[in-house]
Amino acid sequence: MVEIPVNLQLPPPREPIIISPDRSWARVNFREIWEYRELLFFLALRDIKVRYRQTVFGIAWAIIQPFFTMLVFSLFFGRLAKIPSDGVPYPIFSYAAMVPWAFFANAVSQSSDSLVGSANLISKVYFPRVLIPLAVMLSGIVDFLVAFVLMLFMMVYFQIFPTLQVIWLPGLLLLALITALGAGLWLSALNVQFRDVRYALPFVVQIWLFVTPVAYPSSLLPEPWRTFYGINPMAGVVEGFRWALLGTATAPGPIIAVSALFALILLVSGLLYFHRMERSFADII
Amino acid sequence: MDSPIIKVENLGKKYRIEGSFDRYSTIRETLKEVFLTPVRRLRALAQGQGVSDAPETFWALQNVSFAVQPGEVVGIIGRNGAGKTTLLKILSRVTNPTTGRVVLGGRVGSLLEVGVGFHPELSGRDNIYLSGAIMGMKRAEIARKYDEIAAFSGVEDFLNTPVKRYSSGMYTRLAFAVAAHLEPEILIVDEVLAVGDLGFQNKCLGKMSEVARSGRTVLFVSHNLSAIATLCTRGLLLEKGEIVFQGNSSEVISQYVKLTRAMEPQDLSHRLDRKGTGALRVTRFYMEDEAGRILEAAQSGGCVRFVLEYEGAADTPLKEVAGHIMVADGSRYRLFSFLSEIVGEPFSSLPRTGRLICRVPELPLLPGNYDLHFSCLVGRQLADKMHFAASLVVAEGDFFGTGRLFTDRDAYGNVLVHHTWTVDTENRTF
Repeated sequence: MVEIPVNLQLPPPREPIIISPDRSWARVNFREIWEYRELLFFLALRDIKVRYRQTVFGIAWAIIQPFFTMLVFSLFFGRLAKIPSDGVPYPIFSYAAMVPWAFFANAVSQSSDSLVGSANLISKVYFPRVLIPLAVMLSGIVDFLVAFVLMLFMMVYFQIFPTLQVIWLPGLLLLALITALGAGLWLSALNVQFRDVRYALPFVVQIWLFVTPVAYPSSLLPEPWRTFYGINPMAGVVEGFRWALLGTATAPGPIIAVSALFALILLVSGLLYFHRMERSFADII
Repeated sequence: MDSPIIKVENLGKKYRIEGSFDRYSTIRETLKEVFLTPVRRLRALAQGQGVSDAPETFWALQNVSFAVQPGEVVGIIGRNGAGKTTLLKILSRVTNPTTGRVVLGGRVGSLLEVGVGFHPELSGRDNIYLSGAIMGMKRAEIARKYDEIAAFSGVEDFLNTPVKRYSSGMYTRLAFAVAAHLEPEILIVDEVLAVGDLGFQNKCLGKMSEVARSGRTVLFVSHNLSAIATLCTRGLLLEKGEIVFQGNSSEVISQYVKLTRAMEPQDLSHRLDRKGTGALRVTRFYMEDEAGRILEAAQSGGCVRFVLEYEGAADTPLKEVAGHIMVADGSRYRLFSFLSEIVGEPFSSLPRTGRLICRVPELPLLPGNYDLHFSCLVGRQLADKMHFAASLVVAEGDFFGTGRLFTDRDAYGNVLVHHTWTVDTENRTF
C-alpha cells in the first residue's frame, strides 16, 4: 500500500456552510463566485482548448464566419439593394458590426447549451453553476480578438484610421458581454427544464440579427425612434462599434445609453432567475 | 471535539417521479400527441405545475438527523435505494433538501464519482488542473502537488496525451490520483470509488484510512462491509429514507445484515436510477424456491428462481422481450450473467404486467452477499436498466453433494464449479 503524506495543517475555521431548502429570491453570492475565479479560468481555458479540436480550419473559423457573412451582406445589401452605410465602404461598415455580433451570437448559442452539456458535472459536484455559462462567454473573447485582427487589416485596406473615440471600445465589448451573459443566463437555465430552448434558439438568434442594425444603419430611422432602438442592447453595441472604430458621424450616444440600461435589466433579471433555478438543476437536468 | 462539524437536522428530500415516457405506436396517435401535448403542458404550466406526465412524488429521505464530530469516520450503509446517495448529494450541495437543514463547519470535498470534470480531448496534465479545480482545489495547491499526483497515478509518461487515448485503467488511476490529493476538512465518498482492479481498490481504501488518521472527518458509503468495519468508527443505517439505527460500526453492520436477511419482495417501482426507454420497467424483485415460497436467502448449490415483476408502458406492445440479471460480488466484480436471449428465444408478445422468472438449478456461489444488476430489452432496445437493483444473500449449502462446504470467500473465491479429482500413479513419458 502506498503511503501518502497528508498535510496535517487544517486551514483556519471559516463561517459554517448552511444547507437549507430556502428557495427565495435570495441575494446572489458574488463573494463565492469570486472565490471560485480560478475554476472559471480553468473552465474557460477548457472551452478554448477544446473548441476547435479535430477541425481542419481551427481558430480560423472565428474569422471565416463573420467574414463570409460580410461578403454575402456586401453583395446583396450593399451592391444590389444599395443600402446606405453611413459614409464608409459597405464591407467595412458591415464587418465592424459582424465582429461584435458574431461574439454575441456564438456566446448566446453556446451558453444556452452549456448547462445541459455539463449535466454530469452538475449532478456530481458543487460549485456556483453560473461559472459554466460565464466561462463560455470568456472563451468567446478569444474568437472575438481573432476576428478583430482582420478588422484592423480591413481598416488599413480601406484607409480608415481610428480617432480618439476608439477608447470606448472596451466599454462597448463589455456591453456586448453583459447582453450575452444576460441572455445566456436566461436561456441556459430555461433549457435545463424546457429543452424547447434548443429548437427555438437558432431562430431567435436569426431574428435578433435582423432586428439589429448589422446589415443596415440605424440612421435609417428618424429620431426619437432611433433612440428607442437601443431597447435591443445589441443595437447600441453595433452602432457604438462603428462609431468608435470607423468614426461614423452617427452620434450613437443616446442609443448606447438606452442599450446599457436594457442590458443591465437583462443581466440582473437573468442572474435572479438563474439563481432561483440553480438549486434544482441537479434534480431536473 | 466539542461542537459537531456536521449537524443534520430533520433532513428530507422529495422527488417527483416522471411518468414513464410513452412511445407512440401509430401515426394517428403520434399526431394526436403532437397536437395535444403542448396544450396539456401549457395548461399544467399555467396552473403552476412543471412539465411532467403524471407527477407522483416520493420521499427519498425523511426525518434524518445526526451529528458528526471532527475527526470521526462515519460509514453510511443501507440497502439499494435506501437514500444513501441522496444524503451524500445533499451534503455535497449538489442537490437541495426539501425540508430540514445542514450546518457544515468546514470545506467539503466530495467524491461522488471518480473523474468528474475530465474532458476526453484534453491532455492528462490539463485534466489534473481542471478536475482539481472543479473539486475545489486552488491552482497553487494543484501546482504544488502536481508531481505527487503524477507519480501516484503511474501514468507520468502519458500526461501530454489526450485522455481519450487512455485505457480505462489509466483513466481511472489518473482520476483517482487527483481525488486522492484533495484536502478538505470534510471528505464525502460514495461507493463509486470502489472501481477498478483489486490493487486499485486497496489503494483507494489505503488512502481513505490515511485521510481518516490525519484527523479529517470522513463520510463513507459502501457495500463493502469489511471496509466499513476497518475504516469507520461509527455508522448510520438507512432504510427507506430514514435512519433506522446509529451506533459503532460493528453494531450497525450486524443490524444491516439482519435487515438484508429479512427478505421480502423488494419494491423497485420508486427507483429513479434507471436507464432505457421505459417501454418496460422492473417493479418488484424476489427470490422463490421451486414450490413458489419466497426465500430470504438462496442456498449455495440450491435451486432458486429470480423473479422480476415488470410493468410495460401503456401503448407499447411488448415484443421480443429479453431479461438480464448480472451477479456481482460485494466489491463490484462481475461474476456471471443470466441472459434470457442466450439460453432461449426472446419472449414475444407479453402481457402488460407479468413476471420474468429466471431459474437457476444449482446456484454456484459461496455463502455471502452479492449484488444484482437488472436490465430488460424490448425489441432489442434497452428498456430498463438498474445497477445495484437488489442484493442476493447466499446461505451455506451442499453444492458438491459431499456434505463438505466451502465457506471462506476471501480464501477461495466466489464461484463454485463442478469438477472431479483423480490420481494417476503411472509415470507418463513424453
